[in-house]
Amino acid sequence: MTDFLQLLFSGMATGAIYGLAALGFTLLWQASGTINFAQGEFVMLPAFLMLGFASFGAPLLASFVLTCAVAVALLGWAFKRGIADPLLRHGLMPIVVATIGLAIAMRNGVRAGYSAEAHPFPSLFADKLFNLGGVTVTLADIGTLALALVLVFATQAFLQKTVTGRAMQAVAQNTDSATVLGINVPRMIFYTFAINAVLACAAALLITPTYLAKFDMGEPLGTKAFFAAIIGGFNNSRGALLGGLIVGVSENLAAAYISPTYKDAVALVVFMLVILFKPQGLLGRKVERKV
Amino acid sequence: MNKIHVIVLAVVAAVLLAVPPFLKSYGIYLFSYWLVFVIATMGLNLTVGYAGQKSLGHAAFFGIGAYTVAILMKAGLSFWLGLPVAMLGCFAIGLGLGFPALRVQTIYLAFATLGFNTAVWLVMRNEEWLTGGTFGINNIARPSLLGFSLDGNLAYYYFVLGMTVLLGALLWGLLRSPWGKAFTALRDNPIRAESLGVHIQAYTLLSFAIGAVYAGVAGALFASLVQFIEPAPFTVGASIMMYLMVVVGGPGYFFGPLLGSAVGVLLPEWLGLAQAGYLFVFGVAVILLMLWLPDGLLSIPDRLRARRLAREASAARTAAAARLGAQS
Amino acid sequence: MTRSFHPLPLAFAAAALLAGAAAQAQIKVAVLQELSGAGATAGTNAKNGALLAIKEINAAGGILGKKIEATVSDTQSNPGVAKGLATKAVDDDVFAVIGPTFSGSIMVSMAETKRAQIPNFTGGEAASITQQGNPFIFRTSFTQADAMPKVARYIATNLKAKTVAVIFVNNDFGKGGRDSFAKAAGAAGLNVVADISTESGQVDFAAPVLRAKQANPDVVFVYTNEEESARALRELRKQGVTKPIVGETTLTGQKVIELAGDAANGAVAHVGLTVDAPNPLMLKFKAKFYEEYKYISDHNGIKGYTGVYILKAGIEKAGKLDRVAVAKALHGLSISAAKVPGVIMDVSIDDKGDLDRESFIVEVKNGKQEVKETLPPLNKK
Repeated sequence: MTDFLQLLFSGMATGAIYGLAALGFTLLWQASGTINFAQGEFVMLPAFLMLGFASFGAPLLASFVLTCAVAVALLGWAFKRGIADPLLRHGLMPIVVATIGLAIAMRNGVRAGYSAEAHPFPSLFADKLFNLGGVTVTLADIGTLALALVLVFATQAFLQKTVTGRAMQAVAQNTDSATVLGINVPRMIFYTFAINAVLACAAALLITPTYLAKFDMGEPLGTKAFFAAIIGGFNNSRGALLGGLIVGVSENLAAAYISPTYKDAVALVVFMLVILFKPQGLLGRKVERKV
Repeated sequence: MNKIHVIVLAVVAAVLLAVPPFLKSYGIYLFSYWLVFVIATMGLNLTVGYAGQKSLGHAAFFGIGAYTVAILMKAGLSFWLGLPVAMLGCFAIGLGLGFPALRVQTIYLAFATLGFNTAVWLVMRNEEWLTGGTFGINNIARPSLLGFSLDGNLAYYYFVLGMTVLLGALLWGLLRSPWGKAFTALRDNPIRAESLGVHIQAYTLLSFAIGAVYAGVAGALFASLVQFIEPAPFTVGASIMMYLMVVVGGPGYFFGPLLGSAVGVLLPEWLGLAQAGYLFVFGVAVILLMLWLPDGLLSIPDRLRARRLAREASAARTAAAARLGAQS
Repeated sequence: MTRSFHPLPLAFAAAALLAGAAAQAQIKVAVLQELSGAGATAGTNAKNGALLAIKEINAAGGILGKKIEATVSDTQSNPGVAKGLATKAVDDDVFAVIGPTFSGSIMVSMAETKRAQIPNFTGGEAASITQQGNPFIFRTSFTQADAMPKVARYIATNLKAKTVAVIFVNNDFGKGGRDSFAKAAGAAGLNVVADISTESGQVDFAAPVLRAKQANPDVVFVYTNEEESARALRELRKQGVTKPIVGETTLTGQKVIELAGDAANGAVAHVGLTVDAPNPLMLKFKAKFYEEYKYISDHNGIKGYTGVYILKAGIEKAGKLDRVAVAKALHGLSISAAKVPGVIMDVSIDDKGDLDRESFIVEVKNGKQEVKETLPPLNKK
């Protein structure tokens, strides 16, 4: 039993990070219809940026703040103006293809321009172990889970309780009405991109100590974030977190109890079942198709 | 327009036929490799370009074809038996993959095919008793055709070339037929097509199945070309590259795959850039392509023509307006 | 009998000879290494070591008066690509091929070099590499078949362990090692209580480490590639595993120590090569490598470096630039470090291409490898 709890707990910690990446992905999709295939790389780049700032002597948290600033500018504003805005009016696939290209460019840009090897990344949390009733839990696991939950609920609160947040939700639900109501739609959409950038930085901070900073760390992360977002519900923020937790936990349990070699298949199976039987996701709303 | 088409085709045909004998083994290998991908992306072009489906799992069929042939040949059967088995298998599995396509739309379909690819890849990697797992299957022989051994690099190249032309001709015929019209109707407006009596369910399934068969044949040829297969060339990443090759060439253009595969396979070799450097440029190029040429490289002539016609129409309108103005 | 000869024809002959020699003034060597992908760490180090050796040899006048011309290619840790690059090297008519390092890749690419009769040096450790009947394959590191008995003996005798949990990577290298270890463990009286498979490039080691803990072994034997070893060590530390962690060269390499940080301390490994060996030639190599590349080499750098010098010794023994003759000369050759400092330690090559050499037991202390014991070659001369 303690082993099960152990796996459950570390799975939740990893899953919470998937949830962060999935949340940003979902927000972008909701607010502007942008499917960002480069979401994994949006986590990879801040990881390297933080390493870069750290190599100039900045302490970890300072690097994090600086990286957030750069990310908002680059992965938020530049991405929106350069790629999302021009392509969104052409429908879904051009933006998908463009972000696939972006992912390839980012991945190989880091690989060619910086390093093809893995690099260690400092952890926010010290190496401490706690023993809770036979279950060995690390400070990193608790801290990661706590921070991720805080971020998700903070984002949720922002979207539902503040005026700006409500305006962003209005834009997501019906852009035309929002414009008519006098909401500055482009700025609201920009805020979404900015939030995504910050969430990606947070995900990088939490997951890179384990994953190790490498140019291809974004690939598995991105795929899991997509699956998590869809499982949880593509048009629901809490769904992203739920999806992430489901993916993280099921992976760990499958690896231990079913088969380590088919660990990745579990998230897949859940995903396929969800798409076939509840395509709007576990917590999502049904979306009508326009003819 | 058509004269230019013919000239370009003639040049391409000349290169394909006459250049390889002058190349060394690696060059011939590269040309064969390119043609294998042309076949695979022709199939994907049908599914994605002509029928408008979203398939990010094409490399799975490529792999199924390759492994089928490899496993059967290792068991002692001939390549010529393995090939039809691979084709049938891919057709059946392709039909199966088409079913989710009936239920889910666009981006969900893309993710579903992605999931399918990952699942197939996991089986290839884990089921060592069948596929050799990460060790793969080594020393795959090359077939012989009517007594001629295709073991030599050049002989095998001409065989692959022949298959490419044959499959291309079949596809051309298919697209010119009413079936082809049905596929494009499916892409452009499925609801309207259905209301016109086009059985979109059947055509959706068929577009996946036929595309899969092409990938399967390509996979079979790939196995004997490289003579060693393992799961790595059949990942989601490979599917994405194939998809990009179709997009770059021009989805829905018949020769798109030829150009797209050249960009994906040949260009990096010619440029001699390290893989990472080339992929970086390729990624950036895809972004720019989407911004300025979303219909692929082969849409350039159409674009130029459209612009020219627009200019002529505008000039005609100005002239007509001037005449009217002069009259009144 | 005496003959008077005219100087002029001799001059012409000399000129012709020189022209002919100038036409083949270079010995072409293809360096095929993993410069990206899962093997980037190993391949990059091997490449750097090889290029350092080539630079030194050229500066000292080359081999048989000819300089070495090296071309470097990236196999991307992909056996298919490695095979293609080997084909290209064959087309280029190279004299020798150094690499690839990854066992999975060399198993495939050596078919090409064997067919073209090109001496092929590799740092790959999978036992099957030298079991294919290839007279042109030469190792630059131990075969697992020779290394594992030493490890098993150490675990049974020095650590006085009875049970072992094995965590291995699911590729040519890992599976070959696990098989060799299982055999050696049986012979040493050890009981393998857990046999845990992990994937190449695996990131999350929570489940494998948990399974290892559950088996309650005396010792945990970790046999994975560099990056995965770092992650495994961190997870073992994270989950509070206090049992001895033992491995082979890939467990305590320089890069692994860098990536795993504190978690690497206490790990013990049997290594064929380590830059921290108490050997003056090794220390000299370490310094030269650092001066050239500004970082400390790992064992792959040593493999690349010594591989080139072994090639040189073979060519000099054969006396001519004939690939078949050189391959024959290498089989059964014993090279002493006193005569050829570039090989750093005395080494003998057998008729299968395997090496016999000293090896070491190291422990990681304070982020550095510390040699605890030196083990003699199997067939001490």
